[in-house]
Amino acid sequence: MNRRTLLTSVAAATAVASLPRIALAQAPVKVGYIYVGPKNDGGWSQHHAEAVAKAKAHFGDKVEIVEQETVPEGADAERVMTQMALGGAQLIFATSFGYMEPTLNVAGKFPNVKFEHATGYKTAPNMSAYNARFYEGRAVCGTIAGRMTKSNKIGYIASFPIPEVIQGINSTYIHAKKVNPAVEIKVVWAFTWFDPAKEADATQALIDQGCDVVLAHTDSTAPLATLKKAGAYGFGQAGDMIEYAPTPRLSSVIDEWAPYYIERIQALLDGTWASQNVWYGIKEGMVGIGAISDAVPAEVKAEAEALRDSIAAGTYKPFTGPLNKQDGSAWLADGEVAGDDVLSGLSFYVEGIDAEIPK
Amino acid sequence: MLGGIDPVVLIAALMVASVPILLAAIGELVVEKAGVLNLGVEGMMIMGAICGFATAVSTGSVWLGFVGGALGGAGLSLIFAFLTQIMLANQTATGLALTLFGLGFSSLIGQGYGGMKPPPIGPVPFGPLADLPVLGKILFSHDPMVYVSIAVVAATAWFLKKTRKGLILKAVGENHDAAHALGYKVVRIRVLAILFGGALAGLGGSYVSLVRVPQWTDGITAGAGWIALAIVVFGSWKPWRVLLGAWLFGGITVLQLNMQAAGSWLPVQYLSMSPYLITILVLVVMSADRSRAAMNAPAALGKNFQASR
Repeated sequence: MNRRTLLTSVAAATAVASLPRIALAQAPVKVGYIYVGPKNDGGWSQHHAEAVAKAKAHFGDKVEIVEQETVPEGADAERVMTQMALGGAQLIFATSFGYMEPTLNVAGKFPNVKFEHATGYKTAPNMSAYNARFYEGRAVCGTIAGRMTKSNKIGYIASFPIPEVIQGINSTYIHAKKVNPAVEIKVVWAFTWFDPAKEADATQALIDQGCDVVLAHTDSTAPLATLKKAGAYGFGQAGDMIEYAPTPRLSSVIDEWAPYYIERIQALLDGTWASQNVWYGIKEGMVGIGAISDAVPAEVKAEAEALRDSIAAGTYKPFTGPLNKQDGSAWLADGEVAGDDVLSGLSFYVEGIDAEIPK
Repeated sequence: MLGGIDPVVLIAALMVASVPILLAAIGELVVEKAGVLNLGVEGMMIMGAICGFATAVSTGSVWLGFVGGALGGAGLSLIFAFLTQIMLANQTATGLALTLFGLGFSSLIGQGYGGMKPPPIGPVPFGPLADLPVLGKILFSHDPMVYVSIAVVAATAWFLKKTRKGLILKAVGENHDAAHALGYKVVRIRVLAILFGGALAGLGGSYVSLVRVPQWTDGITAGAGWIALAIVVFGSWKPWRVLLGAWLFGGITVLQLNMQAAGSWLPVQYLSMSPYLITILVLVVMSADRSRAAMNAPAALGKNFQASR
């Protein structure tokens, strides 16, 4: 076959291949998803992808899903979303905090395409923000951690100094301290959402510093694997991570995205989609608490479950006064509850945490 | 105690943290000593990581896993050897392509391995030695691969300096035409060196997925291969200096995490960039004496060889 016949046949094949597309003018609605890590990271991205699979099963042929994994936060995200929008996607979900500005930019360029950004706070007429109150889950984990630690040192692997992570550190500390006044919290900033080797090293560093319960705000299961080797305790994050139960995984903070995805895609199909900014918690079912393992004594388990239930019932809010800021100045008076406007931009530690937030 | 950090724990931790980069760097040192620049270390490491993980999971033996990892790395390096030694492709470009290919291919192989756990590996039982006050923790508390990696450094140093084959390998790296004129099989020697480098990079990668993390996820080596490449230059192509470089790099990485955990007053950003800063500093200091730096680099590094006679 010489070059000319090859080219002709390729052209013919392309023409044939594009025929069915024209025939399928009534194509399903295209929905795009981008993930910050690989779909099999065992945590955050995998859990989003599983929720997407549930949504896909729910809608069947009516919806076509396009997914892109391991998209770096920044210019690459903008490129990928632009491609999705040009490729006919009508609704695009950007599932990591760092996609906020890129999503805003792309949303400005494609006013007819709808965007949904996870865990951020900026919105536009065609861009919604959806977030979960992970700190409610951290309150339950913090209670268990405070009861289970023998060294009175709890470790926290932080990703980036953003409000969501600072809420998590504060909530963990407040509730650990409530049940164990001697408790200390040590924070290591990994400056990544997903880097198993670095997460493992950070966990080991916390163990070397005497921590025997470590919470991770990063996405992989590497911290749990390291904790298992060291005989220390930890929690599932984003996913249940039940494969590490009963130890080191004592419980978990589970993100339940599927109902939201189904609701929003349905709104798109119905033509009722409108920009919104939602922040759901245990009550609305966006944050779940994984089964508390048998390594936890029954009375601690009951205490943690009671806390979970009171948050679900709305009778208890994790950020309730009296609480002081780290520098000792007053923040919340006795019984006063922190408002969402303050929480969503939280940038300080509460009193008692001996660490500094990187600027 | 040093600002809340126990130096004994720190030294023990840095010895473990530096195993992957040490193995990969020693392999690359031998490759570069033979006059070949293989920038595909990262790709070979991650292939080793997934092949080792897959082997260990399916056989249930962590030792077969290490063998599988070494074979995986060597297998990928064979592509490099074929392209650069037989087809005479540009080594820099081929090496970079090898990394990209390795990252993608490992992700493809690894599709079904997310969330699995490899068989565990414990410390070498040294009995009462492990209970010695300071030395016990530093010297006698590690898993076998830590000792293997140090043994590989010693063996490589001995091979390059004391054996006839080692001298021939270095001769090929210094002047391939002269070595060819003397009757040495330049291409064969270089292919063997590339395979050795691939096997060690693969072994280093499998250490990450089998011992250090231990699990499989895409991109698990996270740039360790590039650090290994830098350490070879840093160690000026000398095995024991490469060991020092690997420990320094591993040590600073561990130290900065420990300092954070201990509540250091230094801002996190300075700690995070300190390993890279120190690498730049040492490279500057080393290359200040130009004649010596030039003497250490193999003269034929990165040049392709074609027998014209």
